[in-house]
Amino acid sequence: MAKQERFKRTPMPERAPEERRNDFMEVPLGYSTELAVAEASRCLQCKNSPCVAGCPVEIDIPGFIKLIRDGDPVAAARHIKLTNTLPAICGRVCPQETQCEAVCVLAKKGAPIAIGNLERFAASMEAAAGVETPPAAEPNGHKVAVVGSGPAGLTCAGELARRGYDVTIYEAFHVPGGVLVYGIPEFRLPKDEVVAAEVDFLRKLGVRFVLNTVIGRTVTIDELFDRGVEAVFVGSGAGAPMFLDIPGENAIGVYSANEYLTRTNLMKAYRFPKFRTPIARGKRVAVIGGGNVAMDSARTALRLGADTVLLLYRRSEKELPARLAEIHHAREEGVEFHLLVSPTRILEDAEGRVTAIECQKMELGEPDDSGRRRPVPIDGAFETFDVDLIVVAIGNRPNPLIPQTTDGLKISRWGTIEVDDKFRTSRQGIFAGGDIVTGAATVIEAMGAGRTAARSIDEYVNDPEHLWK
Amino acid sequence: MHNVVSRDEIAPSVVRMVVEAPAVASKRLPGQFVVVRPLEVSERIPLTIVDSEPASGTITLIVQVVGATTRELTSIQPGENILDVVGPLGRPTHIEKFGRVVSIGGGVGTAVAFPIAKGMKEAGNEVWGVIGGRSRDFVILEDEMRSLCDRLVVTTDDGSYGVKGFVTDALRRLIEETSGAIDLVLAVGPLPMMKAVSALTREHGIHTVVSLNPIMVDGTGMCGGCRVEVGGEIKFACVDGPEFDAHLVDFDNLAKRLRAYHDMEQQADHQCKIGLATRNKQ
Repeated sequence: MAKQERFKRTPMPERAPEERRNDFMEVPLGYSTELAVAEASRCLQCKNSPCVAGCPVEIDIPGFIKLIRDGDPVAAARHIKLTNTLPAICGRVCPQETQCEAVCVLAKKGAPIAIGNLERFAASMEAAAGVETPPAAEPNGHKVAVVGSGPAGLTCAGELARRGYDVTIYEAFHVPGGVLVYGIPEFRLPKDEVVAAEVDFLRKLGVRFVLNTVIGRTVTIDELFDRGVEAVFVGSGAGAPMFLDIPGENAIGVYSANEYLTRTNLMKAYRFPKFRTPIARGKRVAVIGGGNVAMDSARTALRLGADTVLLLYRRSEKELPARLAEIHHAREEGVEFHLLVSPTRILEDAEGRVTAIECQKMELGEPDDSGRRRPVPIDGAFETFDVDLIVVAIGNRPNPLIPQTTDGLKISRWGTIEVDDKFRTSRQGIFAGGDIVTGAATVIEAMGAGRTAARSIDEYVNDPEHLWK
Repeated sequence: MHNVVSRDEIAPSVVRMVVEAPAVASKRLPGQFVVVRPLEVSERIPLTIVDSEPASGTITLIVQVVGATTRELTSIQPGENILDVVGPLGRPTHIEKFGRVVSIGGGVGTAVAFPIAKGMKEAGNEVWGVIGGRSRDFVILEDEMRSLCDRLVVTTDDGSYGVKGFVTDALRRLIEETSGAIDLVLAVGPLPMMKAVSALTREHGIHTVVSLNPIMVDGTGMCGGCRVEVGGEIKFACVDGPEFDAHLVDFDNLAKRLRAYHDMEQQADHQCKIGLATRNKQ
């Protein structure tokens, strides 16, 4: 292979920005076999494989890339599934540039291997060929309950089902998938084609889904134990939205990103009025925040008919926590980035509807605890943006329902459930992982937690006294 | 799927439905609500659980037709199914023996006041009821309230039944009559009514609780759509409420937020009336 080719990444075909910003269909189109093989052929197949160490679930990346290169993408998907049950999802939403791709040897001199794109390709090829259900595991007679059907819960349930456990997932909403369904938009993660397919796969493994059931309200964790469950995994996510705590925040037209995205994705408000859930269709929309959820909200606003979408973030471009691909897509679609501004006040008209947002201009100061340079107000410098809709995407706190209704669970001062390296909580038989433990993080980290917790649960059920000595 | 056991119209555009929901019925305490999605296309809407029968696994809901989703819900006939019923949600009413409790229901708010009054009565309180409506046809649950209250006043705005006037007028007379010897007032109804009751009891220093019904989506604390200002702080009605100290609630802000989707609701309801929704499969 010529040197230039070795260092150049095979781009994934995408729909044109001016076309895609008007609908909710997926943006990247996926690799053709030819493109995938070309990209896979760039891989150096490093013996020490730094990419594997860069992956929170340690996928054998060179292994699956080799299978794609050699023309067997279905085998590649199965190979990935040895360590990651949800490749179609991770290929689309993982922040590869800060994980596996960041440490790719090729990145030193050129573009790293497009590991996420290849993972997605393998999963698509497997889906097209028809996903084979693994032979049912011999039932081991042990019952486990999983709370929440997001990435942590799905992964934990899948691992346990493969080991013969009788697993039931409890989900508060009417559709399984957690943040994959209510949070991440269709244009980034197709619900029927990808999320529902993964849920079906778990059903085939024998996992039961009980929907519309709020653990802590409909049923408590103690009642699950009374019903003969031997262990419980809590993967209830980071459910409670944070607000800015500034004047005007309760005006009409101020949404939390959770509400904005849930109305759109879960309740299909973008198909109003056929679907009855309404959503305000702003013409000039401000989104506050710089993470993936902010990008998702901004791009959703465009698709709901906004002429202008402003993204307001209090640090600089370099500190934007979103995936590079999301920032790039948002820009391409016309989202205007206004950096180093921090909202101070929301203005409203006589009827209480949003008319503008006033921001304090910031500059970067010394690094803070997170290592990022702290934004510092520039004295007397303000900027006001006229807008008719505001989406606040500055993060979530853990949902307090389970901590409140489960005695003996040790909770941190941030409201997260405390666990040890085996994902054990302070209560015997209760394990927890994902955002309810870490606060808002990534899909793959939640999956990693679900997977490790499943191993601990297996260890615990086989020797209950040993693990809680 | 939740079978509808019975359905009857108890006032114009107000329908009582008894619905199978065993998990909710066995758990539910006064003051709690369910989130209901009647059909695939519907919104998720919060509804107070008026009553429950754990033995038969049923709950009673009272629904006022105000838009597309409530129209879809109330068109479901006995023997047919409601798609999703989630609950019980919200904090239960704080019930203890306070002494003399006045429970006030305005219009369809009586459907919320009734289970709270019942819980208060069972806890040994002396319960007085004040229920009202625009006119005679709009007074609901009179028999139920009469059977549990130690005393009941019925008011109508137009004087077509009971005492002419608002529930607030009746409450004012009760306060005067007892020289303020009322330990707790519970008020549920239209916002202007709750605001007026709150202003009146504040004057007399009577502790007052209201049950709020803001716009909700999930009902589990996830979206923040139901946020209300209570004592200068943001509270989520679904997980911090739905009941709050009336004297701390910013009613004007809540009234404003309830108007957020007014035009869109009309549009959806129009679409609903021309009949696009499909029935749930049996």
